Amino acid sequence: MLHRPETQGADERRPAATPGPSPLLRIVGLHKRFGDLEVLKGIDLAVAAGERLTIIGPSGSGKTTLLRCINHLEKPTRGHVYIEGELVGEKMVDGRYVEMRDREIARLRAKVGMVFQRFYLFPHLTAIENIMIGPVRVLKMSRADANTLALDLLKKVGLAHKCDVYPEKLSGGQQQRVAIARTLAMRPKLMLFDEVTSALDPELIGEVLTVMRRLATEGMTMIIVTHEMQFAEDVSDRVIFMDDGIVVEAGPPHKMFRAPDHPRTRAFLSAVLDRQAYQ
Amino acid sequence: MIAAAASPGVWPLLRIWMPQLLTAAQGTLRMTAAAFAIAAVVGLLFGLARLSRHRMLSRFAVGYIEVVRGTPALTQLFLIYFSLPSVGIVLRAFEAAVIGLGLNGAAYLAEVYRAGIQAIHRGQREAAYSIGMTHLEAMRFIILPQAVRIVLPPMANYAIALLKDTSIASLISAPELMLRARDLSSEYFMPMRLYLTAGLMYLIMAYPLSRAVRFLEYRLSHGR
Amino acid sequence: MTGDPWGRTLAKLPEIARGLLVGAVTTIQVTTGALAVAIVLGIVFAVLKTAPSRPLRALATAYVEVFRAVPVLTQLFVIYFGLAGIGIKLNPLPAAIVGFGINGGAYLTEVFRAGIEAIHQGQLEGAFSIGMTRPMAMWYIILPQAVRVVLPPIGNFAIGLLKDTSIASAVAAPELMFRARSLVEATFLSTQIYLMVALLYLAMSLPLSRAVRHLEAAMGRGHQA
Repeated sequence: MLHRPETQGADERRPAATPGPSPLLRIVGLHKRFGDLEVLKGIDLAVAAGERLTIIGPSGSGKTTLLRCINHLEKPTRGHVYIEGELVGEKMVDGRYVEMRDREIARLRAKVGMVFQRFYLFPHLTAIENIMIGPVRVLKMSRADANTLALDLLKKVGLAHKCDVYPEKLSGGQQQRVAIARTLAMRPKLMLFDEVTSALDPELIGEVLTVMRRLATEGMTMIIVTHEMQFAEDVSDRVIFMDDGIVVEAGPPHKMFRAPDHPRTRAFLSAVLDRQAYQ
Repeated sequence: MIAAAASPGVWPLLRIWMPQLLTAAQGTLRMTAAAFAIAAVVGLLFGLARLSRHRMLSRFAVGYIEVVRGTPALTQLFLIYFSLPSVGIVLRAFEAAVIGLGLNGAAYLAEVYRAGIQAIHRGQREAAYSIGMTHLEAMRFIILPQAVRIVLPPMANYAIALLKDTSIASLISAPELMLRARDLSSEYFMPMRLYLTAGLMYLIMAYPLSRAVRFLEYRLSHGR
Repeated sequence: MTGDPWGRTLAKLPEIARGLLVGAVTTIQVTTGALAVAIVLGIVFAVLKTAPSRPLRALATAYVEVFRAVPVLTQLFVIYFGLAGIGIKLNPLPAAIVGFGINGGAYLTEVFRAGIEAIHQGQLEGAFSIGMTRPMAMWYIILPQAVRVVLPPIGNFAIGLLKDTSIASAVAAPELMFRARSLVEATFLSTQIYLMVALLYLAMSLPLSRAVRHLEAAMGRGHQA
């Protein structure tokens, strides 16, 4: 498909990361229930700085919910999330866990960038203003500095010429790239990608994956939920397969995609890859 | 009826009436503007309270909105003007009308604001949170700016309705157009001509406004 | 008058309650009467407004614009005091029903027009293609479908009308506010009586509001207007 020396080099530069003594992200015993439905049934996970982790699995397996618990858009029913050793969404007060206040959660979220399936660009702002608003309003950067930063990021995603265009005039792929730039403007330590190409027309997927590959080679810690299996195999250090609220299997991409151990993983992959072979 | 209105005897009378009616119409416009200002601001407070995550605040807002919208504005005006004195608050008729109509409008606009805010997709709020904004920052920079475009036409239509509603202030003798028309009609015994004139004046005030609002609605749905 | 107002209220409660309840019944009478008139006028002028004939459309537009720009109080005064001044004396109750009916008709014209236009396009052509004339198509095909769309707005209009009938007190229609004012003049118990009035209006309007909300939810399912 695509010429791959870049990613192979990346693999050599950085061995398959195993979380060391202080992982960037640590998830302990995560459970999430919505009413009667238990979506996450006990997740334990650690992600090292610079690691690229892909999560695959059928819909309903809890992949999106897991991502949303990491940046506390959903509040876990049980369990804890730690980023750089700090608890997310709660804090210890007198030995008890107490929910963090809105402001504290918000500031923590700036460290964890999230890119959504439906982009959610702000329609009342131009492309460059979408990227600037976080730095200006949250980080209290000067407008001039934010402008420079935003323009650099737009160049990086290949859209500098569209800086004053409103989202409604951009294609899906262009909007998603602006969304990625918007997240990068906050200088996150970790980026979460929630099926970011699933809502795009096929011919627009490539431009977004290119940007993501570039981020990967620059050392960004990424957790990617995707159905783009080839891309996942190229870019990831580690792949986990989720089904029915738990991590069924985890391992390096070449093992997971070629010779997985667990029968459920095998069943899922054969169904998905068969389908993709026809495209 | 038309013949009676057009009879030659009318014109000198109109010359006497018009200055008084015009002054009274100014009172109508001032009352409308003041009550609208109160309704817009207080309505926003109640609208946001209604959407608040603090349950007490939200329930209080719902209670206020349901009670105020479930009772006639006239009853509310009477309570404010005739009943408040017994707890020591004595208002002049104009003030009572402005406050009454304003608080009444606040309940109506609160629902308009609520619908406008809720029309903004949840994803917008989450995207704002994901770049580190607090709930208040998300409201201020992302949600409310978008909601403004949605709520402007209903607010403008409310302003026109308010212009007409000020007529009920005449029933607590507040100085506006209908009161003046009524006083003149009992002085001159010509109710038909006076009330038709008053009606015409309302038409002249309201019709251009409603054309402007329709233009605004057109621009907002086709523009930018 | 001396004496604790709440005590006096309690003492006079039967008399006050009776007066107010009679007024409330009249309020409901005025509301339903005016609603009926408004619905009929609304349908008639909505059909006119969507007619191919330009003069008919202009007539309907004039009706709507004029009666929506002038306050209903003014319209009531023209009908009650104005007509009396040129020799036509009406009773307050019919005057109120006619006044609110004509005013409401202008408002409902727009509601029905939107309902008709929501159905209009292909349905009308389908009716023509089986040989119906325009009036037949309207009566048998368009209007029955438009009814579903217009029920919630009519419900909301009815709630507004219920409250607006309080204005009829100014032309001495014996509805709730008028009764209340008479009682207040007689007893000076303004706070107590107006609070009871507010409760009575709430008792009438809240069930209606809930019904309309159910209606809106039911209409929302499976139908995008």
